[in-house]
Amino acid sequence: MLAGRSARLAAIGTLAGLFSGLFGVGGGAVMVPLLVIWLGYEAHAATATSLAAIPFVAAFAAGVQALYGNVRVLDAALVGVPAVVGVLLGTALAQRLQGRALSLMFALVLVASAVELVAQ
Amino acid sequence: MIGLIAIGVAAGVVAGLLGVGGGVLFVPGLVLFVGLSQHQAEATSLLAIVPVALVGTIRQDRYGNVMRADALRLGLLSLAGAALGVALANALSGAVLRDAFAALLIVVAGQLAYRTLRPAREPPRRGRLRGGSDRLD
Repeated sequence: MLAGRSARLAAIGTLAGLFSGLFGVGGGAVMVPLLVIWLGYEAHAATATSLAAIPFVAAFAAGVQALYGNVRVLDAALVGVPAVVGVLLGTALAQRLQGRALSLMFALVLVASAVELVAQ
Repeated sequence: MIGLIAIGVAAGVVAGLLGVGGGVLFVPGLVLFVGLSQHQAEATSLLAIVPVALVGTIRQDRYGNVMRADALRLGLLSLAGAALGVALANALSGAVLRDAFAALLIVVAGQLAYRTLRPAREPPRRGRLRGGSDRLD
């Protein structure tokens, strides 16, 4: 069973890593549902544990991207550090706001971004 | 420079508010508003995610939600996949990578809409623990 668990963690890690490296995202979208389905994680623990794995994945993938000369370090700092403030603000707001309309509006923004990217 | 900071704050607020990951927002922001190529935007997004995820981890760890041993193993076991993913991204043309990313955005939008619109009390399906993920990175 222990071996099975390790194999599952390895499979989840590998899939998340592939996804993260390919798309430039953290990989939580892969890790969270798989931790729930394959390892029986409860949703909060899955989210938190996936979040804790992301610095490893993202930092390493960024390092590999740097070998290709693609990383803009200053841009990353100018986006990433203010984003920390934004997340703290967003989580505080989430306690006060009913996010239904907001979520749907934002889903539309994502679709619009996708269209804009392809139309470029 | 103001544009970059605005993208960071806006993406952060939305991520914290809606539980969508930073990268999904950083990449289109960097392409559409800063003019980076798809490859540069993805690479830069990866680095920008690190401080966000670190701060989130520290907060979640205080609540006792982080399974530290599994997180460490997951992190280390993902490295080979990450290297392969980056190599794959760089083997693709900017146009193909951009279209694939656009498809990913549509999927995330669909997930978000589904999570928002599904009935609050959903009966468990086939006895499995499902979904309800609060944050998709």
